[in-house]
Amino acid sequence: MTTANQAAIERYRNNFLKEVEANVEEGHMVKMCMQCGVCAGSCPLGPHWTHSPQKIFMMIRAGKRDEVLGSDSMFMCTSCYNCMVRCPRQLPITHIMHGLANYAHRLGLAPKGQPTRDFATLFWNNLSKKGRVNELMLTLQHYFRNGLVAGIKEAMAMQGIGLGMFKAKRINPMEIFGGHGVKDLKGFHAIIAKAKEIEDRKKGFTA
Amino acid sequence: MTASIATNQTILVVGGGISGMTAALEAAECGKQVILVEKTPVLGGRTARLYRYFPKMCHPTCGLEINLRRIKQNRNIRLMTMTEVVSATGSRGNYSVTLKVAPRFVNENCTACGKCAEAVSAEVANPWNYGLDKMKAAYLPHNMAHPQRYVIDPSIVGTPEGEKAKAACPVGAVDLEMKEETVTLQVGVLVWATGWRPYDAAKIQPYGYGRFKNVITSLEFERLADPHGPTGGKILRPSDGKEAKNVAFIQCAGSRDENHLRHCSRICCMASLKQTQYVREAFGDEGKSTVYYIDIRAIDRFEDFYQNVQKDATVSFVKSKVARIAENAENGNPILHGVNTEGYQRYAVEHDLVVLAVGMEPEITGVKLPDDVILDSSNFIEGSKDQGMFGAGAAASPLDVNRAVQSATAASLRAIQVIRKTASTEAV
Ligand SMILES: Cc1cc2nc3c(=O)[nH]c(=O)nc-3n(C[C@H](O)[C@H](O)[C@H](O)COP(=O)(O)OP(=O)(O)OC[C@H]3O[C@@H](n4cnc5c(N)ncnc54)[C@H](O)[C@@H]3O)c2cc1C
Ligand code: SF4
Ligand code: SF4
Ligand code: SF4
Ligand code: SF4
Repeated sequence: MTTANQAAIERYRNNFLKEVEANVEEGHMVKMCMQCGVCAGSCPLGPHWTHSPQKIFMMIRAGKRDEVLGSDSMFMCTSCYNCMVRCPRQLPITHIMHGLANYAHRLGLAPKGQPTRDFATLFWNNLSKKGRVNELMLTLQHYFRNGLVAGIKEAMAMQGIGLGMFKAKRINPMEIFGGHGVKDLKGFHAIIAKAKEIEDRKKGFTA
Repeated sequence: MTASIATNQTILVVGGGISGMTAALEAAECGKQVILVEKTPVLGGRTARLYRYFPKMCHPTCGLEINLRRIKQNRNIRLMTMTEVVSATGSRGNYSVTLKVAPRFVNENCTACGKCAEAVSAEVANPWNYGLDKMKAAYLPHNMAHPQRYVIDPSIVGTPEGEKAKAACPVGAVDLEMKEETVTLQVGVLVWATGWRPYDAAKIQPYGYGRFKNVITSLEFERLADPHGPTGGKILRPSDGKEAKNVAFIQCAGSRDENHLRHCSRICCMASLKQTQYVREAFGDEGKSTVYYIDIRAIDRFEDFYQNVQKDATVSFVKSKVARIAENAENGNPILHGVNTEGYQRYAVEHDLVVLAVGMEPEITGVKLPDDVILDSSNFIEGSKDQGMFGAGAAASPLDVNRAVQSATAASLRAIQVIRKTASTEAV
C-alpha cells in the first residue's frame, strides 16, 4: 500500500512549489515572496526556531521538501500576525505556516515530540470527545506527558496557579469523572466526521 | 472672474517644477502661447530643494538658472505663481480650468530689497527646508527665487507685524488688502506637470518617524547637507545637534509595498547612493554609511555610479528590509532590527541617524480632473483618452530630473500638435 506521502512524492516529482500550491492553504501565494526579510525580522519567536517564514518560502522554491515538512517552525507560530501585517507583498504568512503544519501532519512527516504540536494534538483529542474542553484532564495529561515523576514535579511547580483557577471556578475537580459535554453528542460527532470527510476529499486524502 | 488672456490655442502647463518649466519653454520657443501656473510663490519645484543632484553631483541651481533665463526672455509665457489648479472640465481643444490665486500681499513694484523682512520679527516654519527651521514671515523663498518678489505670510496680515512690513517698504509694494481670487480660463491643451510629494513617512509605523527624533526622511537629509539649509550644511542630528557620522539609509520606505505605495519610486536607490557621498564629503574616512536594501535599482545607465559607491570603503550594504526601529533611550540612537538575507543573520544595530528613502507619490491626488483622464494604479497621469491632456515629468511617473525633462519635452510636442489641429479645424 502506498502512503499519502509516497503518492505525493510520485505526483510532484521535483516540484515541491507546485505541491505546496496544490495542497497547502494559501500555498499559491508562496511565489509572491520577494525575500525582503521583514517577516523574519518581525517574528517574536524568530530567535527560537530553525526556519523563519522567509527561509521556509525560499526552501519551498528550492525544492527542500524533507527539510520543510520536517521543520518545527510551523508549529512554533503563535499566530501573532506581526509578519503578516508588515509583509510588503501581503502574503498571508500566518495562514501559510498553519497550512504547512497541517499538510506535514497529514503526511506523517511532522516532527515527533515537538511540544506545541503535541499539545495541539492533546487539545484536539480532548475537545472532540465531548464537544467541550475538559480542562482538568487536559492539564493533567499535559503535565504527565513525560511520565509520573516529571508530571508530579510540574504539577507542584504550577500549584499556585492551579489553586487560583479552582477558586475562580475555572477548573472543576469533578471533571475527573468525565466532565460535561454538548447536549447532542451524537450530532456533534456526526458533524465532525462530515467535516473531516469534506476536508479529506478537498485535499485529496482518501484514507 | 473669467480671464480673456487665453484661447483654445493656449497651452496651460500646470506646475512650475523642472518638468513644467521645460514643457512651457519648448512650446513657447516654438511660438505657442503658454500659461504656466505654479502653486508656490516660486519656480523650481522639488529640484530646487536638493543639495546636489546625481549623476554629476552638480548643484541644482545651474540647471535652474539656464531655464529661468530662458523663461524671463520669452514673451509667449505668462507665469502665474501662488496659483493652484483646483479643477478642470471639458475636452480636447476646449477646456475650462478653475484656478485659485492666493494673495502674496506684495505687488509687482517689489525690488526685493529685503527691508520688510528686516522690519518684522514674527517667524513661520520654513517649507523650503521641510519645516526643519523657521523663517521671517516676510520672505523671499530662496536666493534663486523667480519671480524675485517677496511674500508676506498670511499669518501676520491684520496684525501690527503686517503693518510694520508695510511701513518699511520704500516703494509701497506691500498691499495688505489683497484677497484670494478664483479665475476661470479657457484653454486648448493641458499639460500636468504637477510633480510628486514624499510619501508620509509617519504611516510606516514600525520605523517610528515622528516618534524618534533621529529618524528623518531623505528630503530632510538633502536640506541638512545644503549650506542654505537649517544647519548651514553640517550633518547634525535633530535630537542633540551631534554630528551624525554613522548614518543608515533604509530603502523602499513606503515603496514597493502593498500596504503603502505599490510602485517602485525609481529614484530613491540613486538618491541614497548619492547621499552616502554627502556623508563622505562631510566626514571623510570617519563617516560611515550603511544602506539597507531589497535590491539596488540604479535605474537606466547609472550602474557605474553604483559601482563607484560600492568601491567606497565608508559605505556598506546590507541586503535586508529593516523590520523595525527602536530607540536607545540613553543616547537617542535608533536601533535597527532585522534579518540579513545573505546568510539569514539577525541583527540589532545602532546608528547615529536613520534616513528613510521615502517614495514618491503624485501630487495631483485631490485635484478634480476630467472624467476621461487615465491614471495608473498609483495615480500617475497617463493622459486623457481624447489626447487633449498629458502628464509630464514626475506627475506621469516617478522620474529623475533627466528623464523628467525628456518626458516634459515629449508632452510639449504632443501639446503643440493638438494646438495645430485645433487651429486648422477652426480655419475651415
Ligand atoms: C530624496 C530625493 C533626491 C533626489 N535626488 C535627485 C537627483 O539627485 N537627481 C535627479 O535627477 N533627481 C533627483 N530626485 C528626483 C527629482 O526630485 C524629480 O525628478 C523632480 O523633482 C521632478 O520634477 P517635476 O517638475 O516633475 O516635479 P516637481 O519638482 O514636484 O514640481 C512640480 C511643481 O508643480 C507644482 N504643483 C503641484 N500641484 C499643483 C497644482 N495643482 N497647481 C499648480 N501647481 C502645482 C508644485 O508646487 C511644484 O512646483 C530626487 C528625489 C528625491 C525624493
Ligand atoms: S515579508 Fe513577505 S515578501 Fe518579505 S520575506 Fe517575508 S513573506 Fe517574503
Ligand atoms: S504569525 Fe507566526 S510566523 Fe508570523 S510573526 Fe507571529 S509567530 Fe512569527
Ligand atoms: S516688499 Fe518692499 S520692502 Fe519688501 S522686499 Fe519688496 S520692495 Fe523691499
Ligand atoms: S528605487 Fe530603490 S529604494 Fe526606491 S522603491 Fe525602487 S528599489 Fe526601493
